[in-house]
Amino acid sequence: MDKGVRHTISVSVVNEFGVLSRIAGLFSGRGFNIESLCVAETLDPKVSRMTIVTTGDDRILEQITKQLNKLVNVIKVYDLTGEEYFERELALIKVNIKQDTRTEILSIVDIFRAKIVDVSPRSYTLEVTGDENKIRAITELLRPFGIKEIVRTGRIALGRSPKAK
Amino acid sequence: MKKSGAEIFLECLKKEKVDTIFGYPGGAVLPIYDVLYKADMRHILVRHEQGAVHMADGYARASGRPGVVLVTSGPGATNTVTGLATAYSDSIPMVVFTGQVPTALIGNDAFQEADIVGITRPCTKHNYLVKDVKDLARIVKEAFYIATTGRPGPVLIDLPKDVQTAVTDFSYPDNVDIPSYQPNLKGHSGQIKKALKLILASERPVIYAGGGVISSNAAAELTSFVRKLGIPVTNTLMGLGGFPGDDPLFMGMLGMHGTYAANMAMTNTDCLIAIGSRFDDRVTGKIDEFVPYAKIIHLDVDPTSISKNVAVDIPIVGDIKNVLKVMLKELTGAAKFKRSIKAWRTEIDGWAATHTLSAKQDKKKKIRPQYVVDRLYALTKGDAIITTEVGQNQMWSAQFYKYKNPRTFLTSGGLGTMGYGLPAAIGAQVAFPEKTVIDIAGDGSIQMNIQELATAVDQKLPVKIAILNNRFLGMVRQWQELFFDKRYSSTCIGNKPDFVKLIEAYGGVGLRAKTPDEVDNVIKQALKITDRPVLMDFVVDATEDVYPMVPAGQPLNKMLLV
Ligand SMILES: Cc1ncc(C[n+]2csc(CCOP(=O)(O)OP(=O)(O)O)c2C)c(N)n1
Repeated sequence: MDKGVRHTISVSVVNEFGVLSRIAGLFSGRGFNIESLCVAETLDPKVSRMTIVTTGDDRILEQITKQLNKLVNVIKVYDLTGEEYFERELALIKVNIKQDTRTEILSIVDIFRAKIVDVSPRSYTLEVTGDENKIRAITELLRPFGIKEIVRTGRIALGRSPKAK
Repeated sequence: MKKSGAEIFLECLKKEKVDTIFGYPGGAVLPIYDVLYKADMRHILVRHEQGAVHMADGYARASGRPGVVLVTSGPGATNTVTGLATAYSDSIPMVVFTGQVPTALIGNDAFQEADIVGITRPCTKHNYLVKDVKDLARIVKEAFYIATTGRPGPVLIDLPKDVQTAVTDFSYPDNVDIPSYQPNLKGHSGQIKKALKLILASERPVIYAGGGVISSNAAAELTSFVRKLGIPVTNTLMGLGGFPGDDPLFMGMLGMHGTYAANMAMTNTDCLIAIGSRFDDRVTGKIDEFVPYAKIIHLDVDPTSISKNVAVDIPIVGDIKNVLKVMLKELTGAAKFKRSIKAWRTEIDGWAATHTLSAKQDKKKKIRPQYVVDRLYALTKGDAIITTEVGQNQMWSAQFYKYKNPRTFLTSGGLGTMGYGLPAAIGAQVAFPEKTVIDIAGDGSIQMNIQELATAVDQKLPVKIAILNNRFLGMVRQWQELFFDKRYSSTCIGNKPDFVKLIEAYGGVGLRAKTPDEVDNVIKQALKITDRPVLMDFVVDATEDVYPMVPAGQPLNKMLLV
């Protein structure tokens, strides 16, 4: 079956014990896939905002949004795909350094507007923020130097239109 | 006024006008049982927690009021899971209270601790862990509201023991305020107009009505809508009773064991009006060939049901009763339309006449199970509440008993839970002490909650059990006969126990019919008993199969017929 298009869905939920597992359970129980999921409190401490990245054809996406809406703790579901929105992800990357590779790595850091957050004799730890392509690009460039560890936050997104709130 | 959590529990139930709790005690609910000791509240002591949940379910299906269950933590709570999943599948309103270990011990693998909120998340409409006694009244109020509104379903409340003993000011909220839960009950008026237009332009319309008609109490509206337009009706298993089973416009059940007429009508219709039904695979058969010529209108309160399995042309999300009322009001030109579809009805009558369901009994042969159901129908004049187990007994009960009224046929449709029928019958009898309630059972299924005979005896409930005793797990045997070359692997359960002796041991009445001539007499005797349960053991022909049958994955018109 055609896996369909990737969608970024923004979900506001009541910030309550167990909500995350309700949502995760909904996806696993119905065989929907989650590529990434981010969740944190909003300005209103009673409400959390999740950004879920998933793929599926129109019918699956319709089911995902409806099923999410059906959960008692879900306040609002908004599929950002197909309209203007910003998407960001943060990655922490620990990369090997040697005498002769430092400058090259530093210039990559510079070009990508990354930051060095920690230095040790054998590695730098970089922080980089951007959309998926940017994270992928810097990872590819750093890979030849030896990436010891990488951790990514998963994507968060915000729509431009007021409706998307 | 200051009250303990246990007292608040009781007060809340009274505010919700609960008259009966089905329950079973244990360490983690002792404070509540202590309050119940002197309370003015009926408590039905069951023999297994699964039985309690099915009883609450039967009570809810028969009466329309939510069922209430109380059990202890750990094993008491886990024993409710099948009952919850059964009710969740069939959208039955109930509130289940489970005891829990004290809050300080939660997560410590304490004695009789189970994460029941985690376990039941996928088989409840919603569930709660009460961590503070101050939240208890609000949560109970919300639970009843959620269980009974929108698409109904079971809600579970986990009550730690220290919350039951903690004391707080009690006041029951007048309203619920859950901004994230707002079921849409009013159908979209533009969609309703479009639907009416499509119906009136059709030539071969069919109404396919499911359990939603019953849960929204819309049988009367459906019946007048149908009669005005003269559109033939088929019901799903869950929908039986939502339209009078003896009406000339009724084609019988559809789907895997549906009638020839209903399945042929589905195959040929040009306008399918799905009302409170969800296009289950047992109904659609091969999905790509389902209603090949039809435009589809789908009316349902649950948006997730719409276009889930089958894409529909005109969805209407709303409470069925509301929407049908509006449709009835807006309807014009019904009489003319009714005349215009005469030919279609004649065609359907033709199908009905070619392949009828037959309960004919050769008096010299073994008892046919179909005949037993037919006689139960005749001798109760169609006025009983019927519950079923699962398997052939369930399908024959659907085919051969005609349900005139909603809430008179109680069966586990979605989950297909063997062991449902007896406790459900007890629950229905609790709700309607004066009515005849019969569990039509298989000899396999009845043994899955047979212990509840003790409950029925205790409570002096005259539930009737009619076992269609074929010494087999009949429905599974039927599949083995048809699709596995008669290799009857683990389906012969033999002639045991002696059911007549068994019910006598419990304190009920046992009757047996071995020949066709004895059937009526056994039923008549059973119907006279009013103070204790009675079991009728019908020793039937083990080779009988349920027909018609659409093999799984085949289109509806590819029926195996007798
Ligand atoms: C709890 C449970 N276990 C297994 C099944 C699978 N199953 C479906 S029908 C059936 C046979 C039922 O036998 P019986 O109760 O004797 O009824 P009959 O089909 O003979 O009328 C079985 C085992 C089920 N539906 N439920």
